[in-house]
Amino acid sequence: MKSTARRQSYGAKRAPYAFLIPATILFALFFALPIGYALWLSFRKVKVSGLGLGSGARKEVWAGLENYTDALTDSELLHGTLRVLGYGCIVVPVMLGLALLFALMLDSEKVRLAPFTRLAIFLPYAIPGVVAALLWGFLYLPDVSPFYFVLDRLGLPQPDLLDGGPLYLALSNIAVWGGTGFNMIVIYTSLRAIPAEVYEAAKLDGATPTQIALRIKIPMVAPSLVLTFFFSVIATLQMFNEPTTLKPLTNSVSTTWSPLMKVYRDAFGEGDLHSAAAQAVIIAVATLLLSFGFLRAANRRQKQEAAR
Amino acid sequence: MSSLTVPGAEPLAGSTPGTDRGRPPLRRRIALIPTVTLLLGAIYCLLPVAWVVIAATKSGRELFSTFTFLPGTGFAGNVRDLNAYRDGVYWEWMGNSALYAGLGALLSTCVSAFSGYALATYRFRGREAIFNVLLAGVLMPPVILAVPQYLLLAKADLTDSYLSVLLPQILSPYGVYLARIYAAAAVPADVVEAGRMDGASEWRIFTRIALPMMIPGMVTVFLFQFVAIWNNFLLPYIMLSDDEKFPITLGLFTLLEQGANTPALYTLVITGAFLAVLPLVALFLVIQRFWSLDLLSGAVKS
Repeated sequence: MKSTARRQSYGAKRAPYAFLIPATILFALFFALPIGYALWLSFRKVKVSGLGLGSGARKEVWAGLENYTDALTDSELLHGTLRVLGYGCIVVPVMLGLALLFALMLDSEKVRLAPFTRLAIFLPYAIPGVVAALLWGFLYLPDVSPFYFVLDRLGLPQPDLLDGGPLYLALSNIAVWGGTGFNMIVIYTSLRAIPAEVYEAAKLDGATPTQIALRIKIPMVAPSLVLTFFFSVIATLQMFNEPTTLKPLTNSVSTTWSPLMKVYRDAFGEGDLHSAAAQAVIIAVATLLLSFGFLRAANRRQKQEAAR
Repeated sequence: MSSLTVPGAEPLAGSTPGTDRGRPPLRRRIALIPTVTLLLGAIYCLLPVAWVVIAATKSGRELFSTFTFLPGTGFAGNVRDLNAYRDGVYWEWMGNSALYAGLGALLSTCVSAFSGYALATYRFRGREAIFNVLLAGVLMPPVILAVPQYLLLAKADLTDSYLSVLLPQILSPYGVYLARIYAAAAVPADVVEAGRMDGASEWRIFTRIALPMMIPGMVTVFLFQFVAIWNNFLLPYIMLSDDEKFPITLGLFTLLEQGANTPALYTLVITGAFLAVLPLVALFLVIQRFWSLDLLSGAVKS
């Protein structure tokens, strides 16, 4: 390796940087600069003097941490966070549980119709989140929904799916529907990467398929479970599309239902860019802390297992 | 495992071909629990799609009066209404989506290929640092980026333009990540070295030797980005106000917003949703045999 490195020409030394130019420029313009700008805005505020009339009456001044203390004590933001956490506690376990279950079933022997069912379960991935929310939104509406039709015929009570507690289930269902297939494929792919010899020994020992699934398959796909869990949690924190799409259909989704919806409302509805920026920064920092903490924990565990 | 063939799963996936052939022929018995479980899952996933297909065939009156899963007679009328809605703005939305997703995914794939190749095959100062910084972009919530992106583009007088939706979506951290993994697996170091010995320039080595080897992975990156941009709602929602530049997701949303209180518009929204789902599902069915899904989970052997 060393000798190749020495033989590298001038061109080969500069080439990687040249190849990275487009990505670097785009990163600077559309990632770094906006983040820096958001940080800058979050420490400023608009000061209104007098009646707020005239050209000099509205002035941007330094605000220090004021926007942050406001955001952290904002009850709307807190409630939005709690709502999203409650929603995440439903979505993540159900979605990943189903994804794992389907992946194991696909991987089992003598299963029929596997290509068809795999494709069908993966299909929602191709459907935009907004359209998915719109489709389910109609299925939740008593006037057009088949569920209500059936409940009506059976004479059963008809709950309002777009209000109160059921609203969480309604929203969770949309996310589970859209995300299960993708996660199933990720887990299934790593299941297929397990060499067949691994099972042979267990089979000779008389292990049942269930035992093989629980004792061998699940531990071996643990890394992809960690990965899917990680991405699902991040997606949950960033929830925006589904509640926004359901909003026209119900009054129980407020404009501040999720934290990101509140950021949007404050920035564009209220025109308060500074407090919106502070909230955005808080959400971003929370996401990053959570991600890094999680990745470190996952790494440590993997190392422990490798050491065993 | 034995009866399954995964379209698009190349031998890369690791299960050595041929191991299954040595087994005695399977008894024709169906594993009941797995099959039924999967069928239930498939029904759950197809239900809303089946519903929209049928609902799109119903006229406004049939939608509220006939059983949900009974096809109606109004499909042609619905499509006519949709065509007539604001002089066919619906089809402009479809065209816009195709433009954003097609061009955006193409540019994104190029940028990912450049970066992934550089990060995988060269050893240079700052390699891991650059990679990690790019990857951190995945973790940034889109709204956090989109709000300041909007404000900055507003200063450059670029909001409410095609560019404002196209440009921020070209760099995809996930695409760079996939391209790096794929380049590391598909482009052997000695092939690159051999090209250098022959006196080829770095650019020539990339375009003539490495890129052809990376094509299958790049198809995946393209498709992944295509779906991501086609499905994106938030960025155009923030950037655009002129509805002739809307992509289909945003167009349907505004249609729903207007239609929520006027059930007469429901059929329009439903037919619009049905037609919007069609191209993606069709694309999906065609490409899923080429789409190397293994790559999505990083299961390429390196």
